[in-house]
Amino acid sequence: MAVKVGIPRALLFYLYYPMWQAFFNEIGVQVIPSGRTTKSILDDGIREALADVCVPIKLYYGHVMDLKGKVDYLFIPRVVCLNGKTIYCPKFLGLPDMIKYSIDDLPPIIDVRLDSRQGRFALLKAYSEIGKYFGATKMTAVRAYLKALGLHYHFRRLLNKGWSPPEAMELLRTPGAGEMGVQPKVNLKFAVLGYPYSIYDSFISVNIVKKLRQLGVSVMTAENIHPALLALQRNCDLPKRLFWTLSDVVLKAAHLLFKQGRVDGVLHLTAFGCGPDSLLNKLIEMEAKKHRNVPFMTLMIDEHTGEAGMATRLEAFVDMVRRRKEVKACQK
Amino acid sequence: MSKVTFPRMGESWRAFKMLLEDLGNEVVVPLRPNKRTLDLGVRYSPEFACFPLKILTGTYLESIEMGAGTIVTSGGMGPCRAGEYAMLHHKILQDLGYDLKMIVFEQPRYYPLNFVKNVMALNRARVSIRGIISRIKRAWRLLQALDNAEKLSHVVRPREIRKGTTTAVYKKVLDWISSACTMEQIVEAEAAALEALRSIPQDLAREVLKVGIVGEIYVLLEPASNLEIEETLGNLGVEVERSMFLTGWTRDNTWNETTHGLTIKKAASPYLPELVGGHGRDSIGHTILYAKRGFDGIIQLAPFTCIPEIVARTILPRVSKDYNIPVLTFFLDEQTGKTGMTTRLEALTDLMRRKRRYMTGAKSLIS
Repeated sequence: MAVKVGIPRALLFYLYYPMWQAFFNEIGVQVIPSGRTTKSILDDGIREALADVCVPIKLYYGHVMDLKGKVDYLFIPRVVCLNGKTIYCPKFLGLPDMIKYSIDDLPPIIDVRLDSRQGRFALLKAYSEIGKYFGATKMTAVRAYLKALGLHYHFRRLLNKGWSPPEAMELLRTPGAGEMGVQPKVNLKFAVLGYPYSIYDSFISVNIVKKLRQLGVSVMTAENIHPALLALQRNCDLPKRLFWTLSDVVLKAAHLLFKQGRVDGVLHLTAFGCGPDSLLNKLIEMEAKKHRNVPFMTLMIDEHTGEAGMATRLEAFVDMVRRRKEVKACQK
Repeated sequence: MSKVTFPRMGESWRAFKMLLEDLGNEVVVPLRPNKRTLDLGVRYSPEFACFPLKILTGTYLESIEMGAGTIVTSGGMGPCRAGEYAMLHHKILQDLGYDLKMIVFEQPRYYPLNFVKNVMALNRARVSIRGIISRIKRAWRLLQALDNAEKLSHVVRPREIRKGTTTAVYKKVLDWISSACTMEQIVEAEAAALEALRSIPQDLAREVLKVGIVGEIYVLLEPASNLEIEETLGNLGVEVERSMFLTGWTRDNTWNETTHGLTIKKAASPYLPELVGGHGRDSIGHTILYAKRGFDGIIQLAPFTCIPEIVARTILPRVSKDYNIPVLTFFLDEQTGKTGMTTRLEALTDLMRRKRRYMTGAKSLIS
């Protein structure tokens, strides 16, 4: 029987799962993701995690609890830097240690450090180290890594085409399947900005994307924007770039969208107590002030977010944007 | 020529004031954070920014009211948010309509040019390079003298016979030290200050508990933000050793890695091998070192939503269990009340005292 590796369905799962899965499969290891977020997973997470951490980390705890006892290894890499420039939030940096020292009786954790600033082949070395856990030779690991990387680029291309990560993962599994359903009277386009692990976890984001679609709004996210366009934003007129990769992407996306003015509204989804977002939100807000033509709203989620409250706010925002657009059309 | 101000961190302002005035600047000394500072800070800062950012926003606004036009502050490299704070403060203050100049000092180890440029910008009296170096050295010595006096006050306070003597003497000696001008005077004032603190009547037979304080630098160094926790503990009969002083921290983080820094890193590495920014790893390292030195307990101070300290706080319960040492964490923000904190500290002191008596009792039974 093949060795089973568990990958929690939280945090970087939404950006790197296809790559990790391909890599593990290629070295002959079975991958088991945790189940979709449910109330009981969230409750487990809240019980195990410190009260002061943000809700995505609590969810991660919940998903680890979900995998506990079902797998032989847990894959919780220490993701420090993947693009050679920006790093990840300190909670990502300390994640394997946080999990290790707060949950008992866990299977062995694969906590390889991924830091591309350490040299050109740093990531390759890190992945071959992962391979060592399962007795894969260096050659096999390199081949598996290259194949996984190819799949990752394919995945990114699908995202750039406008698919959301969960949809793109579905497409990778069964090519050609799952055309977007025909939407009734779409006349607005919103950008939902925020971290992938908040937006695409439909339980914790209270289904924000689906709700907006039902209200007749098409939704795009920062993942759907081509990385080159984001890179063109340079430093967003700041004297210092934001340290954190995901925040940097969101800020650049916000600048681009405000400058282009092609979307009808921008929503920023943030988690209660998120450290980087306290800065990021202020910076986006200041930018939004300069661009009066694009309405902007911040939505905050935590473990107590209610379905009804979120729906009311979204409906109100959509109504106001729609009315504004109609008035503008009449004035022309 | 606009007046210069800087963030306030405990008593360090005395040294910064001296240095900046020596270089020919007119200095606005920031006020001690008070109710109004917090109100201003909370109003204009992002809601979930950590406590230091809010206090500093308030401090800057108050200093601007007093006529400051240039702010000297420190930068950082991340991943802690504090590295971006200079930039964010500048944006917030600009947004409020203030035209300010920000002089941000980055780590000279990585940005030596930035350091030279900033010093030149502040050198309005056109002091020679040798002059600048000797002035920096003098300010550094003053900082050390201030830190030494504070360290000694933590040792004397729990043993004083009449409550409040140490605090009164400490306030007096601070003025002695900061009124010194030359290197010799600083050394002399320091000696006199330490002597004055030592000669406070003390009860040396008293049973004194020893507690280490770890955590984030700003809330450790600014008594107004941690509600004078050291004084409260001292009055409860607890000797405090704080893990961080401005001189110690600067020595560890400016140029080379020091032995002190490496010791902490090594102690923390079984639990947290990664630098998570801020002082997360230091908190764990110091806790372990204090436990090995036989302290009675550890208090961790952190601002609310501080990311590195949250990581440390998640791991600390295990450290506490492994080394059998109680750890109490305070997440501080503008809502923290002094009475609540004192109650928790009293409870901790009682528990630590009981534990110590139990331990000594158990040992005597065996022998």
